[in-house]
Amino acid sequence: MKARVHVMLKDGVLDPQGEAVRHALGALGFDGVEGVRQGKVIELELADIDAETAKAQVGEMCEKLLANTVIESYQVEIG
Amino acid sequence: MHAAVIVFPGSNCDRDMAVAFEQAGAKVSMIWHKDAELPSDVDVVGIPGGFSFGDYLRCGAIAANSPICRSVISHAERGGFVLGICNGFQVLTETGLLPGVLLRNAKLKYICKNVELKVENTDNVFTSAYEAGQSITVPIAHHDGNYFADAETLAKLNGEGRVAFRYSENPNGAIEDIAGILSPNKRVLGMMPHPERMADPVHGATDGAGLFSGLVGQLTNA
Repeated sequence: MKARVHVMLKDGVLDPQGEAVRHALGALGFDGVEGVRQGKVIELELADIDAETAKAQVGEMCEKLLANTVIESYQVEIG
Repeated sequence: MHAAVIVFPGSNCDRDMAVAFEQAGAKVSMIWHKDAELPSDVDVVGIPGGFSFGDYLRCGAIAANSPICRSVISHAERGGFVLGICNGFQVLTETGLLPGVLLRNAKLKYICKNVELKVENTDNVFTSAYEAGQSITVPIAHHDGNYFADAETLAKLNGEGRVAFRYSENPNGAIEDIAGILSPNKRVLGMMPHPERMADPVHGATDGAGLFSGLVGQLTNA
């Protein structure tokens, strides 16, 4: 079973990397990019368990290690 | 006075920190990250600068979950002293012993230079050798030193006198120019600048030596 975790900076937390990407896109001639936020995707290969248990376990992994909830939010996709 | 310096794969200021403690008169033990226990008579734990675990995932995140860090957290919860410098500060925020987080520098560049700091509070063992308001010059060397905390946390840090150092000229975008902060009991200090790299006459100046001599002096008398 696969789980995919999306980690993003929370709204209101400055993302200097996203801003740099936005500037670079503008320099390449892509007009109208009004904002860029950069996050990360973490894929986990899990032993087969039911989806609800998996979701709860991955949520705990996010709270303990995969995300820093002071500045980051996360979403978990199972399957 | 016994100081334990933690060594992670990727630590690179561990020996500098050990020398600074030794020159201030402390006995120093180097502790590998896989060791589960600190020496039983340890007074202060030093978490050094560097790039523990290659800064993978987030700076300090993997180190904060290593076996020795569980002992460091217990030591702090018992009222023990902890000093985290640079990557050590990042580790301390990841453990939750200090609030907030260190973000990527606002201008995205790694910065390595001497900066002037203002000593904000001296009612703790770490800055006891300095005068409140004193300016000292020490190096910074980091890519992720942009301190961030929410408004409520900042109000607490300011109200409780827990900002130890501020930058005179903000190099990295840190909120309210914060360079170093203390825990609620003021026994845990995290700071991005490197006092251990300005602690011996061969470094060109000794502005950082006071942190180690003050700390060792206070804990030896205690």
